[in-house]
Amino acid sequence: MQMRRDIVRMVHAVNSGHPGGSLGCVEFFVALYGHILKHTPKAFTMDGMGEDLFFLSNGHISPVFYSVLARYGYFEVHELNSFRKLNSRLQGHPTTHDRLPGVRIASGSLGQGLSVAIGAAQAKTLNQDPHLVYSLHGDGELQEGQIWEAVMYAAAKGIDNLIATIDYNGRQIDGNVATVLDLGNLKTKFEAFGWTTLINENGNDLKAVIETLKLAKSFAHKGRPVVIIMHTEMGMGVDFMMGTHKWHGSAPNDEQLQRALSQLSETLGDF
Amino acid sequence: MQFQNTGLKDTRSGFGAGLLELGQTHPEVVALCADLTGSLKMDAFQKQFPERFFQVGIAEANMMGIAAGLTIGGKIPFTGTFANFSTGRVYDQIRQSIAYSEKNVKICASHAGLTLGEDGATHQILEDIGLMKMLPHMTVINTCDYNQTKAATRAIAHYNGPVYLRFGRPAVPNFIPEDFEFHIGKALMLKPGTDISIFATGHLVWKALEAAEILKDQGISAEVINIHTIKPFDEASVIASVKKTGCAVSAEEHQKHGGLGDSIAQVLAEHFPSPLEYVAVNDRFGESGTPEELLRKYHLDTPDIVAAATRSIARKTKPT
Repeated sequence: MQMRRDIVRMVHAVNSGHPGGSLGCVEFFVALYGHILKHTPKAFTMDGMGEDLFFLSNGHISPVFYSVLARYGYFEVHELNSFRKLNSRLQGHPTTHDRLPGVRIASGSLGQGLSVAIGAAQAKTLNQDPHLVYSLHGDGELQEGQIWEAVMYAAAKGIDNLIATIDYNGRQIDGNVATVLDLGNLKTKFEAFGWTTLINENGNDLKAVIETLKLAKSFAHKGRPVVIIMHTEMGMGVDFMMGTHKWHGSAPNDEQLQRALSQLSETLGDF
Repeated sequence: MQFQNTGLKDTRSGFGAGLLELGQTHPEVVALCADLTGSLKMDAFQKQFPERFFQVGIAEANMMGIAAGLTIGGKIPFTGTFANFSTGRVYDQIRQSIAYSEKNVKICASHAGLTLGEDGATHQILEDIGLMKMLPHMTVINTCDYNQTKAATRAIAHYNGPVYLRFGRPAVPNFIPEDFEFHIGKALMLKPGTDISIFATGHLVWKALEAAEILKDQGISAEVINIHTIKPFDEASVIASVKKTGCAVSAEEHQKHGGLGDSIAQVLAEHFPSPLEYVAVNDRFGESGTPEELLRKYHLDTPDIVAAATRSIARKTKPT
């Protein structure tokens, strides 16, 4: 898939960035931006009135976010060349600061995006705008306390125009999530808080992700927030980046880039 | 003009009254509170506009994030909690989701400083001005009485950008005329003078006016200027005043490090080096006590401003 080529080429070019989680979330982003979101890439507004909104809470997977925004027309694909470089709108972590279309909040410091998504969802309710708010979170990110403040709030206040997805790849910087700080039974936790909880066992199967997101939508406006626990493989699509946490935040060298690209076909043309 | 104490009123009630007015005039204004609705005087807004009031519980980090999100739908959120929980507790949330993201959130903070009183040092934040003024894009305002707080509350709704509005718990003299317009970033001349410039913010402004009266009896003409906006800082007014008087005092209910005095010192060092004496808390935590006892013990009282003025004047270079 082209976006996987974008991701490894972007991080290779600046010898920094987070390829692992980005590669694991490609299908989610394609499903969301290509099949689910009602959005207007060519007429981006910060307010997002009358359209669906998406918030990336685990901002370090910016390569996949930027790639999908460019490939769906928020900005020119060649701008992916500027990722992490001086004077770029494509900062290491996404920001509104440099007015990049498609980004509505800065993220990077983890745990903040769910609260922001809730606020945007409540604004939609006040504005009588029936569109939905989506958010994506890392599994390691759930170790942040603010997430659970937000989880409690969303259920208690019946925020039902919000669909949060957890990228459950089981890995974080220091190793396996279960080893670093086990999340326990995430499904029962969300259910106990009062969320409609859906499981997607294969978050790297595009059709399955689309179906899960459609199912999640069918639960919207029913009095409860919805969460999708989406199992993915960190580093998906590049054999040597899979099955390990080591490519969470490391870039491939020249030889590794060639190995990776040999496994990823160029379908839309490289940037 | 002569400013008159028209009676004791708490600044937080000025916030509550201003917020209620905004509720009536600005449908896009919404309010969030973290379980301190009564303390923040937000109950009237809550009662009149229940659909625009968000009780978030004791979860300030979440409150800041929700406020940031509400701006994305065109709302103007006012968050309310104690100054300690409005800043230090949620600094990273403010930094990333509000300041860096340039969200139009009004962070309204009561019970700032020592005059929170008996609750003690855990709640008496004296570092909040410094924390907030260091953030790019952040406007920082510290009001001095009920009327000014009410006017500032209204004014910040008309300004597009993140604002930190700091006020307090105790009833203090209300002396700024009700019809005074609040100009963000503009110093307010309270009393012209020629021998010393006293720059004061927050609860110490009235004490600075009292100090000026005492100094007058000693034959000293003190200029009293209220710096209600710490950022953006009205450099021109500070420089103009000190060029006239040749020396200065800063007075604030805050740490010396990072406060109003710090901002004045920067401006003077860069543009017009002059003696400056600080009336501020000097690198200590507070403690339990009544507001007045605490201001005395921590040397933030009227006689302390008089003494600082005397020291500052003594440091002026004598004309040869």
